[in-house]
Amino acid sequence: MSTPLAEAVSAVLMLAALAGAVVRPWGWPEAVVAVPAAVVVIGIGAISLSQARAEAEQLGPVIGFLAAVLVLAQLCDDEGLFRACGAWMARAAAGRPRRLLACVFAVASVVTAVLSLDATIVLLTPVVFATAARLGARPKPHVFACTHLSNTASLLLPVSNLTNLLAFAASGLSFPRFAELMVLPWLVAIGTEYVVFRRFFATDLDAGAQTPPADGPSSVPVFALVTVACTLAGFVAASALGISPAWAAFAGAAVLAARALAQRRSSPAAIVRAAAVPFLAFVLALGIVVRAVTDNGLAAALGHLVPGGTGLPALLAIAALAAVLANVINNLPAVLVLLPLAAPAGPGAVLAVLLGTNIGPNLTYAGSLATLLWRRIVHEHEHEVEIGEFTRLGLLTVPAALILATLALWVSLTVIGG
Amino acid sequence: MTVVIAWIVEGTWPACVDAARAHAPGDADIALLHVTASEVSGVARGAYAGLLGRARPERDPGTRLEHLATASAGQLLADAAGRLGRPCTRIQRTGRIEREVVAAAEGADLLILARDGDHTHLGPRSLSPASRFIVDHAPCPVLLVWPEPAPSVATIPPPPPHPPQHR
Repeated sequence: MSTPLAEAVSAVLMLAALAGAVVRPWGWPEAVVAVPAAVVVIGIGAISLSQARAEAEQLGPVIGFLAAVLVLAQLCDDEGLFRACGAWMARAAAGRPRRLLACVFAVASVVTAVLSLDATIVLLTPVVFATAARLGARPKPHVFACTHLSNTASLLLPVSNLTNLLAFAASGLSFPRFAELMVLPWLVAIGTEYVVFRRFFATDLDAGAQTPPADGPSSVPVFALVTVACTLAGFVAASALGISPAWAAFAGAAVLAARALAQRRSSPAAIVRAAAVPFLAFVLALGIVVRAVTDNGLAAALGHLVPGGTGLPALLAIAALAAVLANVINNLPAVLVLLPLAAPAGPGAVLAVLLGTNIGPNLTYAGSLATLLWRRIVHEHEHEVEIGEFTRLGLLTVPAALILATLALWVSLTVIGG
Repeated sequence: MTVVIAWIVEGTWPACVDAARAHAPGDADIALLHVTASEVSGVARGAYAGLLGRARPERDPGTRLEHLATASAGQLLADAAGRLGRPCTRIQRTGRIEREVVAAAEGADLLILARDGDHTHLGPRSLSPASRFIVDHAPCPVLLVWPEPAPSVATIPPPPPHPPQHR
């Protein structure tokens, strides 16, 4: 098959796989469209079997790592970690919405960084809403903070976001070095969001709330906290010993799983469900389809746009390109497309891609394509959703956070060295 | 019969209830109105869609937020009815806050709402965009109340000096 035709077919299949994952017709798992799409691109020769196998071998460990982190987060929820976060936020806020917002920023940033953005969106957001409701505070600023931080605060560690795991594998950085280089951009991006949020939601935050009724001493899930701390230490130790940090995540998940099973609080089926196996198959299949799109022309087309080197202008250009691509399609395919182009320029360029793909999505929720599809889904939920306010907030936060975080990355690279 | 609607919002609702008790005629039909912003559960649903699935509908945080919001609105209205201490109707709506409040106020004789914003000084920017829209578009008389005792007039900043041509 000719290259342009192969490119066209692959691109259509990529869009179909993404659409299938967002719309999930008839409740199908996202892999139902993506896996046949991958089979087709291999079948028509848009990607050779050996290239597909190489892609799978590169993605396999990343996907295993993600599965372990997803299980770890779910088991932390079962242990009551997120409920304890809610109780702590309610106490620390002392009936003041601005303090509650600061607590939400702190908790959501740490949860996103350590247990991944999935944990913040699925497990923490409802707790934050319930906490705001319990205080009688207006929930909007705090819920919006969770959705924004699930993106912005996912810069710190390789485990914070699937995009990071993919970049981590491609960058050649060690786990601690990745965190060292990203800690400053992470703090700067979160700080930018915080400043904007306090002004943007000033009237809601000034409206007041009630001090919560003093509960008895709430139980702190010590076992889960210690396990998560040991897992973090394990990431560093594994890197020092030259083994994959994924094993530390497996160990942490295994410890919590064994305890949950021994106490009969969870079942093997529930733990396997938490690993989101169909999603893992989806990522693998999407990786192969995106590889076909990239190899048949997109890389050549975008190659001119990706600057070489890791000077400040180059980093800014890479981050901006990644942010645009993340908004046009979605950050997952964006990172799959850009990594092979950025990796030759070194770890700095790879990390700049992550700044764009992780901060960028706050502009249009999930990427324009996903947003379009998602709005269609919301129509089915009877209420028209106004996205004007979300977009205005995104316009205020995303460009500022992106530029300042890129500046911070450049400083880190200059001081610490890539 | 006179219909008085008190808009119940987190943080400022007690003042609206007190104003309804003080200003509504004894035989008035008082309605306590709460509107849940659909965009709050909407952003959670959107963020979940952004995860490209990983993704079972029963885990959608947007749905959990909707249930939590319904429960918390019910609790808020119950608290407000308790504070009012006289017969009233409770109205729970979901959607775009400002549009829902204006629609609910159609045909009413009075709409009571509280100012938002910083409580330490009189104005400016005392209304959130939703409250501003409601005041602008209300199809009935509006009573705007302070959520707590109003600060003194001295908290208004001094007027700017007159430009020279007006001296």
